[in-house]
Amino acid sequence: MASYLTRRLMLMVVTLFGISIIIFFLLRVVPGNIVDILFDSAGMVNPAEKVKIERELGLDKPIPVQYIAWIGGIAQGDLGYSYVSEKPAMDEIAPRIPVTAKLALMALIFSIALGIPLGVISAVKQNSAVDYVLRVLSLTGLSVPAFWLGLLILMVFVARFGTIPIYTEPTKSLWDELLLYSVPAAAVGFRSSALIMRLTRSSMLEVMRQDYIRTARAKGASARAVNYDHALRNALLPVVTIVGIEAAFLIGGLIVTETVFNIPGVARFLVEAIRTRDYPIVQNLVMFIAIVVVVVNFLVDLTYAALDPRIKYAD
Amino acid sequence: MCDTRRFIGKACLVIAGALLAAPVQAEEPKHGGILRIYHRDSPASASIHEEATFSTNIPFMGVYNNLVLYDQHKPQNSIDTIVPELAESWSLSEDHKKLTFKLRSGVKWHDGKPFTAADVKCTFDLLMGKSKDKLRKNPRETWYNNVVDVTTNGDNEATFNLKRPQPSLIALLASGYSQIYSCHVSARDMRVKPIGTGPFKFVEFKQNESIKLTRNPDYWKKGLPYLDGIEFTIIPNRSTAILAFIAGKFDMTFPTEVTIPLLKDIKAQAPDAICKVVPINVSTNLIVNRDVAPFDNADLRLAMVYALDRKSFIDILAEGQSEIGASMLPPPEGVWGMPPDMLPKLPGYGPDVKANSAKAREIMEKLGYGPQKHLALKVSTRNIATYRDPAVILIDQLKDIYIDAELEPVETSVWHAKASRKDYIIGLNLTGNAVDDPDQNFYENYACGSERNFTGYCNKELDALFDKQSQETNVEARKKIVWDIEKKLVEDVARPIIMHPRQGTCWHPALKSYTVMVNSSYNGYRFEDIWLDK
Repeated sequence: MASYLTRRLMLMVVTLFGISIIIFFLLRVVPGNIVDILFDSAGMVNPAEKVKIERELGLDKPIPVQYIAWIGGIAQGDLGYSYVSEKPAMDEIAPRIPVTAKLALMALIFSIALGIPLGVISAVKQNSAVDYVLRVLSLTGLSVPAFWLGLLILMVFVARFGTIPIYTEPTKSLWDELLLYSVPAAAVGFRSSALIMRLTRSSMLEVMRQDYIRTARAKGASARAVNYDHALRNALLPVVTIVGIEAAFLIGGLIVTETVFNIPGVARFLVEAIRTRDYPIVQNLVMFIAIVVVVVNFLVDLTYAALDPRIKYAD
Repeated sequence: MCDTRRFIGKACLVIAGALLAAPVQAEEPKHGGILRIYHRDSPASASIHEEATFSTNIPFMGVYNNLVLYDQHKPQNSIDTIVPELAESWSLSEDHKKLTFKLRSGVKWHDGKPFTAADVKCTFDLLMGKSKDKLRKNPRETWYNNVVDVTTNGDNEATFNLKRPQPSLIALLASGYSQIYSCHVSARDMRVKPIGTGPFKFVEFKQNESIKLTRNPDYWKKGLPYLDGIEFTIIPNRSTAILAFIAGKFDMTFPTEVTIPLLKDIKAQAPDAICKVVPINVSTNLIVNRDVAPFDNADLRLAMVYALDRKSFIDILAEGQSEIGASMLPPPEGVWGMPPDMLPKLPGYGPDVKANSAKAREIMEKLGYGPQKHLALKVSTRNIATYRDPAVILIDQLKDIYIDAELEPVETSVWHAKASRKDYIIGLNLTGNAVDDPDQNFYENYACGSERNFTGYCNKELDALFDKQSQETNVEARKKIVWDIEKKLVEDVARPIIMHPRQGTCWHPALKSYTVMVNSSYNGYRFEDIWLDK
């Protein structure tokens, strides 16, 4: 196990190094120059000033030199300065990470809490009215775009309750925070919950046809014990994989949700930074997301072993 | 009222301005409260002098003062509505080449340092590129081409020395783009943490999140501002922003940003909201690359302007609520625009659209185009609705004259760079005029060599006319020259104007004493005497 962990950790470092190169160079081949974009709000471009600003930002240096400077900075904990706000990139990124992390965590909890039980019910009550309703619900969740659902929720809140669940100022208590994030988390988590529900259902149905389930029933185990202790645990393995993948994909859903609900998180900030070619922000944020995805994948792999005793990570 | 010469020469404007400055208010203003406004996007910086968008003016104008300012309660900006701010009075020399301001004493910057005439000099040295410290971007350098230098006499007097008379320099100085900066704060610091003398102090600017200002308790206008602060929440998603306004999260929409269709939604869901629809002095126009084929041909350019059905643009995009005009904002809101009876005589402005179209086809046929031979080209524009929608209508109208145009949506943040490189054949563009004054519009958008003259249009004869109108002190005589220039710009297809749009601003009834300017979207945001009845 120890050597497996070491191997995985080393692989993670190599993966992240590769990602850093791809991010850095891809960003620079995208059309549009940060200095042109800085000038856009002035409605003109002054070529002489443009050259001066490029020099000021270090963009006149060869790309490999810029890359080494960036990686060297990261190694020393210096993420550089935002080209747009002229503030340290760390100061711009750090306060936004917890916002997105909380929202993503709540969305994930929502999708698991809704998806797994409903998937189990749907499987256990196969071909019943409940099953049909839940299948329609899951298909709806997969088909409805997050931005549409978000706007629909906002319109309903405004029309029915005369209020709107969006971020306009920092929350004052944990309860306020939970209230603020619960609606967008539900909006973004709805799609994931639908996916988890469908996968749990099909996985459960497959497991419930296995011999050991029949054996459990034959020896007189209760329906609850059969469904939850025997079937669900074994059906969860593919679900865990999907949860891991969805955790990584959530960032995509959060871009839309953060925009619609005006949440000041990293997802919306990343899109804005890409639009303005704010390289230090984009590079560091994408690296951060890459680290999260790599770590989540690693944790998912470890969870397999916990769920299925047959899986062993040999030395 | 006095005529303009006497008006400026004897500073009777000061007296009139002071009288006009008294706001007409039926209710006793209340102190306190935070004004909440949503903001349409994250401004590039807090330095008004470096930007050319009211995304910056609106949140940051309250931080600063000008020497003079358009009366914040007179909807139409004109030379008659200019009131003193950091200047107590002003006077012109006999030869009209020295404009002297007597400055207010006892004014302090937000950091406690005293404001003096040296700050006035520093500001204009910075704008004219004469100071050691430099602006990163200087979009209005051309405004001060006629200023030789600014000299001071003690701490309370500053004089603008001009190359030639320019009666409307004062109009430029009164705009929301003419704030006074301090000598002791660098241009870089002004972008991130501005210090001014204005009614509100800067608190924080979080990119893509919020901008916060707080009351300046030491403001030189005693008793003002009424508000404790202003908070702008940045909400780029327009649907979310409008719904939040309807739900009462904000006291006011982002000024002059509500489209006519959205206005209906607001009125339906928040019937108490007060909404005003006004011209924003941001024209929808075409930039035509006259240096390359096919539009290096003057006849082809002319055919294109005959193909424009301006009324259809206005009916489709603004439900009839916009104006047809030439380069200046048309009357009655516009001060300098050509009278309506002159417009139909200009090429392509005649009311008979079919006849115009037939004339355009006739020109095209002479050039060798026809039903069997179409001209293919691209219409480039910013990939946002306010640009893209009129571009699509344009493409449809060009079909009538054998032009098969294809839309080239350009990523919005690189639009000006592309326009400046002249990397387009035709561009659908929006041009904002901060001041309803010919000097600002002509020198910035049409004069030879101006950085904001994207088409590179250069006509020395017209440049001479720009100077001629600029130094004309008689308003009526100046108007005639301006109209002549407008006519020539249309005939030359310099930057064909499609329409002058109107947009809406809405606020809840608790917001008091706010006036929407009708001929500029850039000048009415000092916010010092607006108040909340909550």
